[in-house]
Parts: sequence; C-alpha cells; structure tokens
Amino acid sequence: MTSARLVAPPAVSDDSSAVLDFIRQTAAIADIELRKLLRDPTEVLARAVQPVLWITIFGQVFSRVRAIPTGNVSYLAFMTPGILAQSVLFVAIFYGVAVIWERDLGIVHKLLVSPAHRSALVYGKALSAGFRGALQVTVIYILALLMRIPVVWKPLSMLGVVLGAMLGSAIFATFSFIIACLVKSRERFMGIGQLMTMPLFFASNAIYPLAIMPTWLRYVALANPLTYLVDALRGLMIGQPQAHSLLVNFSVIGIIFVVLAAIATKLYPTLVR
Amino acid sequence: MGTLENTVDKNSETQATGEVPHAIETFGLTRRFGSVNAVDQISFHVPYGAIFGLLGPNGAGKSTAIKMLTTLLEPSEGTATVAGFDIVKSATQVRRRIGYVPQALSADGALTGYENLSLSARLYGIPRAERKPRILEALKFMGLEEPANRLVKTYSGGMIRRLEVAQAMLHRPTVLFLDEPTVGLDPVARRSVWERLLELRRNYQMTVLITTHAMDEADELCDSLAILHFGKIAAIGNPADLKASVGPDANLDDVFVHYSGGTIQEEGSYRDVRQARRTAGRLG
Repeated sequence: MTSARLVAPPAVSDDSSAVLDFIRQTAAIADIELRKLLRDPTEVLARAVQPVLWITIFGQVFSRVRAIPTGNVSYLAFMTPGILAQSVLFVAIFYGVAVIWERDLGIVHKLLVSPAHRSALVYGKALSAGFRGALQVTVIYILALLMRIPVVWKPLSMLGVVLGAMLGSAIFATFSFIIACLVKSRERFMGIGQLMTMPLFFASNAIYPLAIMPTWLRYVALANPLTYLVDALRGLMIGQPQAHSLLVNFSVIGIIFVVLAAIATKLYPTLVR
Repeated sequence: MGTLENTVDKNSETQATGEVPHAIETFGLTRRFGSVNAVDQISFHVPYGAIFGLLGPNGAGKSTAIKMLTTLLEPSEGTATVAGFDIVKSATQVRRRIGYVPQALSADGALTGYENLSLSARLYGIPRAERKPRILEALKFMGLEEPANRLVKTYSGGMIRRLEVAQAMLHRPTVLFLDEPTVGLDPVARRSVWERLLELRRNYQMTVLITTHAMDEADELCDSLAILHFGKIAAIGNPADLKASVGPDANLDDVFVHYSGGTIQEEGSYRDVRQARRTAGRLG
C-alpha cells in the first residue's frame, strides 16, 4: 500500500488489513495528542508540582516519625514509587474532561464518522495518556537524583518503570474515559473524579505497606489496580521484595487495561447520541 | 482525477448492489427518544450530484436525521442507504464514502490546519505518498494555504468552517453532510462557504446534504429540499415548485412558515438554543 503507484488507487477501497489499519489509526491519534502535549506542556509541568510536594514535605516528615515499617529501606525510598503511581493516577484520572470537551465541540462526532476502528480511537487516547505517565517518571527520577533517594539506576529496571507508568496511566485514563461516556457533562465528571481519586490512592499500598492495613482494607487494596502498579514499581525502583511477582503485577494491570478498553470502545459511540 | 474516481466508484456500487442511482435513500426513517419521535417516518431520495436541503425550525429533527445518515445514531425504525450501502448493516462502508461537518466546532484548535487534515488523511487510510498532495489540494481549494501552519485557534469563524469542509472532502467522499454550515458566520463568510460548496459539487460531483434554517441559504444552494416539522416531512420539492405551491409571489420564508405552521424562531428547546449560541460564540 505504501509503495509508489503510477495509477492512483480508487477513492474508496473496502479491502484493507484490519490489523494494519488499527495500528495506523492508533498511531495517528497518539501522534496528534503527543503534539498537543509537547506544544503546551504547562498542564503536565503543573502536575509535576504535586509529587514534588508529597516527597519533599510529606516524605521528609514521615521519615522522621518512623511510624511506618518499611523493611530495610528508608521511608522516603519506600514512598517514592508510590508517589510516582499516585501522580500517574492523578494525571490520568482527569483525562475524561478532555473527552467531554471534545464532545461539546464536534470533534468526537468527526472521529466517529470516520471509518477508523472505534478501538483504535480508544487505544490511541490510552497511548497518549501513557506518554504523560512517562513524563511523570522523568520528574520522579530527577527528584530522586536531587534528593539522593536510593533508587535502582539500571536501564532495564528504568525501562520497566516507564512501561509500568505508561500502562498505569492507560488504565486510569481509560477508566476516566468510561466515566466521561457515562456522565457526559463536565460538572458531574469533576465531582466524580474528585470522589474517586482519594479512595483509589488511600486504599492502596502507595504510602504504607499492605501488612499494616486492617484486614478489610487489605482486601479492598487487593482489588485496586493501583496496588499492583505500586508493587511492580517498588520492585523495579528500589528492589524491595514484592507482594506479587512482576509477572503477576504486569498481567493484572495488562488484563484490566484490555477489559477497560473494550468497555470504552463499546461506550464511545454513545457520547454523540 | 476526483471526477473520474467518483464516477468509477459510483458505477461499481450501482452494479454491485443493483440499486437505482441515488446517493441517499430513506424509507420510513424514524428515531424515537423516549416517547418523542424526533424523526418520524421520513422517506426521500437524493440523486447523485445534487445539493439537498433539510429545513426546519430548531428541534424539528434535522440533526437527528443527519446523525442517522452519518451512522452516528441507529434508527428506531425504517432504513436508509447512503452511496448504495445500508447505514446500519454496512456502516463502515458508508463511513468510507461520506464526509461530515458537524454543527459544533470540529476542528481542533490546538493543532494547525495542516495537522487537522493530516489526522483525517490517516484515519481515512489515504496512502502516505498521496497525503501531502491531497492535503495541499484541499487547502488550496478552500483558500487556506497561507494559514495552513498556524494553530486553528487563531483562525476566524469563516476560516474554521472552510477548514472543516476541507477536512471532510479530503478523502473525496461521495456524499458530503453539513449540519448548519453557516450558523454564526457573518454575511461575507457565509457567502464564501456557499461558493466553495457550489464549486465542490461542480469540480468533484459531490452530492451534498445540508441542514439549515436559513431560507436564503436554501434558496442559494439547494436543488431540492424537504421541510421538517415535528420530525415529519411537511413538504418536499425544488424551491421553485414549493414557492409556487404556496402562492404566486411567495418566497421561501413564506413556504417555510406555511409548512412549519408558525414563526421561524419560536420553537426549539433550551438545549438547542444553548448549542446554537455556543457554536455561534465559538465561530464568531
């Protein structure tokens, strides 16, 4: 298809490879989202302030208190992967606002009238959310460097951290996308977004280990995708033994993502009805 | 080039489906929201190459009809074909053959004009080698070469509309749908959009369906039109016949008032008004 032709192909062709189309369309959506992100990074930079505050203020204070058992690592090192996961969550969970904005304009209509696979539109958005997650990783590593937090500086581990942050970002952005399709208005969305972030964050192992939670909360935490993300990041970033193996952690978040993306694909067309 | 392709495309569809050569055909098309029939048993057909207008006051069902024909909304009852394909059973084939300019702003302000078109080119599977020439052709046709690399948020309302038409014509659709294409534009910008649409039909033999509640627009552009009233077709025909049916000196405004049984602006819900004003605000 990409080879040069002497004769122009017909305007409309119904036979093309579904898989190749899907990849091309996903890349097209992700590409423009990335352009927008790089053109105006103020939002992402503003989001970077939050993890900085958590680590410099909350982290420093709680390191002195020594109230939370963190094994053989300092509390600051323990919470750093947790704060990365948190900032990934906080950035991604409001992704739905952009979807509602695009619906209030006619951009969603325009995308849905195109022959692009609905799933490609969803995966493209998820991939672009992944880039935002990757940017948060950069912020956290710079912070770790400046504050001499003992993180693992091995390329393979760091690559794993980027991959985890991207997947985590994709999960929460897609979840946010689903909420946006259900509520359809910015006001309602903001309320629900605020409502969800706190339980997701505190009912996880982000800033304290599962072991010190009351039993019921531990079960809630085990149903929370953030817990698996934090567990994976903690293993990769500070080499602390994990509750689950990397394989289990990545499988859980991978499967959750695929399920959420399928739901979002189903719901996306209802945005314009 | 576009002419030839469209003709070839058209013929192959006609042969393939054995349909009469109509770009759009609807049979008792109906859409209900709760107990309200937003579109109620409408049947009409539009020949290839024609400009067809759907007229009606706010809330008459124009947007709902266009959403069904562009596959955004499934009909509750009835069927329709666009470019020879069923809008429900062959939605993807329909999507490949149509262009759509929604009523609300659909160009992305955070991207340049060129990038907006480039996204469409990729979503419609235009081969890489053809993308650039096609985009430049569309930009030139719409008089947007100069601002192509500027962010769309710096464009005027008329430029945005022309960009949206450029985006919708990029893949050389058989049928182009425009929902209230000139709402909120000043007279000069409106006229320039009309001229582009007429030329689009002339140069590319595109079939065009527009919705409007502006009578001058319908008079200027449409070969035939249907007046919708409470979701039903109150009158259908070419503008001259419709005028003659009402009275010897009737203009389209009289036709409209006659068939929609009231004044032009008295109907429509809060939501319609809000939508129209928002769109106008953004474009203006």
